[in-house]
Amino acid sequence: MTVKPPPAPLPATLPNEPLLTVENVHFAIRNNAILQAVNLQVSAGEIVALIGPNGAGKSTLVRIVLGLLRPNQGRVSLKPGLRVGYMPQRLVIDDTLPLTVQRFVTLGAPASRERVQAVLAEVGAAHVIDSPVQAISGGESQRMLLARALLREPDLLVLDEPIQGVDLTGQYELYELISNLRRQRGCGILMVSHELHLVMAATDHVLCLNRHVCCSGHPDHVARDPAYLELFGSDGARQLAVYHHHHNHRHDMHGTVVAVEEEETHG
Amino acid sequence: MDDFLIRALLGGFGVALAAGPLGAFIVWRRMAYFGDTLAHSGLLGVALGMMLQIHPQLGVAATCLMIAIVLVLLQRQRVLATDTLLGILAHTSLSLGLVTLAFLETVRIDLTGYLFGDILAISPDDLYSIWGGALLALSALAWLWRPLLATTVHEELAQVEGVPVFAVRLAFMLLIAIVIAVAMKVIGILLITSLLVIPAATARRFVRSPESMALLASGLGCVAVGAGLWASLRWDTPAGPSVVVAAATLFLLSSLAR
Repeated sequence: MTVKPPPAPLPATLPNEPLLTVENVHFAIRNNAILQAVNLQVSAGEIVALIGPNGAGKSTLVRIVLGLLRPNQGRVSLKPGLRVGYMPQRLVIDDTLPLTVQRFVTLGAPASRERVQAVLAEVGAAHVIDSPVQAISGGESQRMLLARALLREPDLLVLDEPIQGVDLTGQYELYELISNLRRQRGCGILMVSHELHLVMAATDHVLCLNRHVCCSGHPDHVARDPAYLELFGSDGARQLAVYHHHHNHRHDMHGTVVAVEEEETHG
Repeated sequence: MDDFLIRALLGGFGVALAAGPLGAFIVWRRMAYFGDTLAHSGLLGVALGMMLQIHPQLGVAATCLMIAIVLVLLQRQRVLATDTLLGILAHTSLSLGLVTLAFLETVRIDLTGYLFGDILAISPDDLYSIWGGALLALSALAWLWRPLLATTVHEELAQVEGVPVFAVRLAFMLLIAIVIAVAMKVIGILLITSLLVIPAATARRFVRSPESMALLASGLGCVAVGAGLWASLRWDTPAGPSVVVAAATLFLLSSLAR
């Protein structure tokens, strides 16, 4: 009988080791290149936004990161043991399926009613816990999706257009919520978005995608990049200006004016 | 009550119990026409079963599963829409079944019985296979319930959360194939879809959870079987279609009820 040597200790993980690394990813459908040589990293506590015009391959990249699609070339590596919470684009549930919000949220992982209540409260949707999923608003639906992702205690949150179908004040609220999540839970966040000014407000790192990475970096840096200006034109620049003006108040999801504390002010 | 009537009731109940929860999933997943297509291939299964001299229900289940796999493969080409593919498959397999049966010159089969069911001719052996199949399908469905529900609500989300969605989808198709094989004798391949879909659709208005919808669908299916059999005896109408008419009547009544 041979004695096996004890297993080598696992290398200690560095605190700043990226949660997600995408290296030189290529993806094509029938010789039609969708993504070329894309690199991307997300670390704990960091918000990375993917922006770009329609058909730029943003959702494709997200699906590759999630393992739903396999790249033709390149590598996607997740930190070992990483838990991923995914918030898909808008959800359509058939009217024939009787499902309450509580039930929907626990489909991914069983949880007690107290925990569901707490997570729904965290995303500001506690009042719909017993509503049928078909009877809630677009904003509530997005919050419900976010709650389901959070219930898995994720290290990395992947959000595909998290504010789609949400009215303007609601969009603002959701972004606040997402950037608070990063602070409170310390998870890394990768999100796809169209709303440039909001992305710019809440993000640490922006990746401007148009089948390849046009430019990337800190939002302020990206906004001045010629490639960004070419993609989004003066419209993008103006949206940024909208974001940069000073807010002394904001509106909650019911439209009520809410005062903003100094550290929450953007600009 | 006569023995044949008790056997008819028991056989019908077995099918209705299994068809309720499975039918609920078919309704939620909008797969009514898919189920119908698989059922249409049942006759081909009977013919193949006779040719290979295996149990006809085994032939039916195997053929249904084969058609389901052919459909999944055809869907990958993305040129023809799914409903077109289903239309092609349903009627091709039904016709292939009829043609194949014609080649088997030595066998005389009761074609109407296979197409519309022959619930009053259920033998004790049939009862065993019906209940065996129904219990198998129900326990498999109970085991699959959570992942199948998650897959039904949002497939990609379920996959990211670790559900093996492809295997779950395949298992679901296998369950449909089993229930079709089980239900053929009772209700016939052309009417099976109605017993899957109508009770589930009737139940929808009265429930607030997926489980209660599945249970109520089973119960309504049993009521339809009882009422249909009674009507069939009372007015000497064909039994299988009478069960379907009873189910449809329940659906109508529930739509009128406030």
